Amino acid sequence: MSRSMSLPNPLSTFTHRRRRGAELFLLVLSLLVGVGAYAAVGLGVEGTLPVDIVTYGGWLAALCITCHVVVRFFAPYADPVLLPIVSALNGLGLAIIHRIDLANLQQNADANTFAQDQLVWMTVGVALFIGVLVVIRDHRRLQAFTYTLGFAAIVLLLLPLVPFLGTTINGARIWINVGPFSFQPGEVAKVCLVIFFAGYLVLHRDALALAGRRFAGIDFPRGRDLGPVLAMWLVSLGVLVFQRDLGSSLLFFGLFLVMLYVATERPGWLVVGAALFVAGAYAGFLLFTHVQSRVDAWLHPFPSDAASYQIVQGMYGMAWGGLVGRGLGQGDPTLIPFSYSDFVVAAMGEELGLTGVMAIILLYGMIVERGLRTALVCRDAFGKLVATGLAVTLALQVFVVIGGVTKLIPLTGLTTPFMSYGGSSLVANWAIIALLLRISDQARRPLPDLGGPPEDDSTQVVRLR
Amino acid sequence: MNKPIRTMSIVCMALFVALLVNSTYLQYLRADELNSRNDNKRVRDAEFSRERGAILVNGQPVARSTPVDDEFEYQRSYPQGTKYAHLTGYYSYTYGRTAVELTQNEILSGSDPRLFVNRVVDLIGNAEPKGGSVSLTVNPRAQNAAYDGLRALGPNVEGSVVALDPSTGAILAMVSSPTYDPNRLSSHKLSAIQEAYDQLNGNPARPLLNRGIQEVYPPGSTFKLVTAAAALSSGQYTPRSTVPGGTRLDLPQTDTDLVNDGGSDCGGEKITLTEALKVSCNVSFGFLGMDLGADVLEEQAQKFGFGEEYLDDLNGQVPSRFPEDPDPPQTALSAIGQFDVAATPLQMAMVTAGIANGGTVMKPYLVDEVRSPDLDVLDKTNPEPFRSEAVSSSVARDLTQMMIETVDTGTATPAQIPGIKVAGKTGTAQSSEERPPYAWFVSFAPADNPQVAVAVLVEDAGVERDQISGSGLAAPIAKSVMQAVIGQ
Repeated sequence: MSRSMSLPNPLSTFTHRRRRGAELFLLVLSLLVGVGAYAAVGLGVEGTLPVDIVTYGGWLAALCITCHVVVRFFAPYADPVLLPIVSALNGLGLAIIHRIDLANLQQNADANTFAQDQLVWMTVGVALFIGVLVVIRDHRRLQAFTYTLGFAAIVLLLLPLVPFLGTTINGARIWINVGPFSFQPGEVAKVCLVIFFAGYLVLHRDALALAGRRFAGIDFPRGRDLGPVLAMWLVSLGVLVFQRDLGSSLLFFGLFLVMLYVATERPGWLVVGAALFVAGAYAGFLLFTHVQSRVDAWLHPFPSDAASYQIVQGMYGMAWGGLVGRGLGQGDPTLIPFSYSDFVVAAMGEELGLTGVMAIILLYGMIVERGLRTALVCRDAFGKLVATGLAVTLALQVFVVIGGVTKLIPLTGLTTPFMSYGGSSLVANWAIIALLLRISDQARRPLPDLGGPPEDDSTQVVRLR
Repeated sequence: MNKPIRTMSIVCMALFVALLVNSTYLQYLRADELNSRNDNKRVRDAEFSRERGAILVNGQPVARSTPVDDEFEYQRSYPQGTKYAHLTGYYSYTYGRTAVELTQNEILSGSDPRLFVNRVVDLIGNAEPKGGSVSLTVNPRAQNAAYDGLRALGPNVEGSVVALDPSTGAILAMVSSPTYDPNRLSSHKLSAIQEAYDQLNGNPARPLLNRGIQEVYPPGSTFKLVTAAAALSSGQYTPRSTVPGGTRLDLPQTDTDLVNDGGSDCGGEKITLTEALKVSCNVSFGFLGMDLGADVLEEQAQKFGFGEEYLDDLNGQVPSRFPEDPDPPQTALSAIGQFDVAATPLQMAMVTAGIANGGTVMKPYLVDEVRSPDLDVLDKTNPEPFRSEAVSSSVARDLTQMMIETVDTGTATPAQIPGIKVAGKTGTAQSSEERPPYAWFVSFAPADNPQVAVAVLVEDAGVERDQISGSGLAAPIAKSVMQAVIGQ
């Protein structure tokens, strides 16, 4: 036997370090960004530090540090980069929403403000984050709830269509009213769907992967196995037709395709899915005027009309920001409709410039990269699929919303994770991060030492062999 | 499952790279284009509340910004509004910018790359950035002479005067009538702006139009200079060559004859080319047009600048035109500046200036210097040839001599200036029976050392039809503009 063969496999013995100290250090940096941005908004708009800087900064810091402590106790091996990134994005989002509040108040003293609500929602999100980490000690337990969660996702998606409960806001019927709050159940459905897909695919991946016929060098699935993908396609089209929500429709279908591909390792599914996507998109374009007007505003934004006004104002804002931005408080973000929600990136681009936008895009990219890395090192198929699904959801969502705002693709309504104003989105995204941390804790935790002490023969009562 | 996860990582990376590239395109590469759009309220508001640079003529502002106590902080005003309206243009919150306010906006607003250092200094010193100033080439005495000359024909006269320095192409005067007051469009009262704009835009005399460059007119007999240039350049003719004269020219393929203005005789059945230009003989030049052919005429016209836009400092220039593929009778009419030949007053001034400058047509320009807010010269326009040999210098010399005789003893005697040799050519162009003819005059002086070339067009002076002629209406204006430049 050669000498190299006798060496232990380096991968199996590689032990991840906990790196909780690094997480704390990065977290403090991210708080400096978030609270610093809040202070800069006050300086930029009113010339003084905001009066509530201490309570605001203290609250934000308390939330983040609590998260850190919970991770330290309940997921000690979890990825150390995710939490600081999320805290930085959330802090920046709060600062820019506060900045838009101030601009609105200058124009109209009775204007709605959003920053306070958003901080409350962030608190709810953090609570859910802690809940997920504390309650779900092993993500594999979720596999038992595969069909429950699948059913929950369908119910959540249907809720806005229920009379008296659902409301139509800006043309999309994706909201429900619960007491004084309105809520987007689709955001939560997204998480349920990822877990449902993962559980379903883990069970059925062999059938989906192995049977099929080969055509033009690609393995195509059998006709009878097309059932699930067709069903998902119909659900996505249903979202598009009944809720008029282009963004979510695209997101759900893309998510399902990617998870199917990852589970089966067969690119044929991507070909089938892409064909279905093109057919659905084209049919949607032909049948629905709201899709047509979005595409038209994308192709021909100038001269600016009612359909392209928002995107044109967003582009003007970003161009006005240029390389380094006007500075927080120095721009004119209220000119962009919905700059506090869907178009928050345009407001960022105006005041923080290309530099700020690139930093934000890279932060999202790092979340996705950390999520996919978690999927790679995860030891069980279910965990791999869930982590991939969550990371890809985030990537698709960021691409669709930022790409829409910067006119790379037609505009579709989706929230910018952690930054847009909106409770449901913020809460759901905090839960996503908690799940990712849970899976990465499991994946990076050293394997329990199953070998036992090498010289323990004498202690055994019964000799097994 | 790791292989597809790695593939998905690459796909996600591609998505994020696409976002990064696209935002760079939007915020860096395309930013200037987006910022300069007229409906960009953000940029407009910022510019309006900034001290915009002045537009200067001979050191005196014709457009300036002064501090006021309202939301915009600065008010744009035009001290000699109506006289310089078509050069300065207006700077309106609602209707955007025109003319030099538009073409030099980056300097005036302070966003030009050449002002980058100033902006950085302002940023560090926490001062509001200021715009740079723009000096025009206009000679104020020539502009006054042109403006007063047109005004003297009546307040509603429609016409234009363009004067060039033949050796550089600098625009010494450019007036269009009727004119407007840019102060009214640059007010901060939005309702007042709209009212003023609706009134100006609805006026059938179109006061917002710069007739010097934004409209083409049949050049009439002044186009005979181009025909004569083509004839001399062909080598088949000299100023002393004889051409058919008389009272009428039979046009082939038609029943009509080409006659002279008022049916007069050109002074014999055979006259010299010099004689033909002097009396502006339609018969002779119609014959020359058919003899040389449309292609030769068109080529000569293009050498002077027909069919092109060459003035960068004002917006909305319309190219002058020579008809495409005319038949022989149409060619004969084109050769005397009728049929479908159409030229801007600037174009006819350039033909004249090219002859004055020994055959070299200079590229016209209006902006002489741009300066930073600290009055450092950022850029000074260098005169450059537009056509180095539109005609040869010997042809230019011959044409000059012919034009001098036209002023001395021909149709253009009203342009004579005592003690100075003047070269000129009249023109009276018919367009239709319904409207009065266009009166033209082009000239330059002094003929032996040209300092100014001028084109005058009177489109409608509200006078009787038989009183309209280039020599009667247009020549006195050209004369006073030339005198203003030469200093007499």
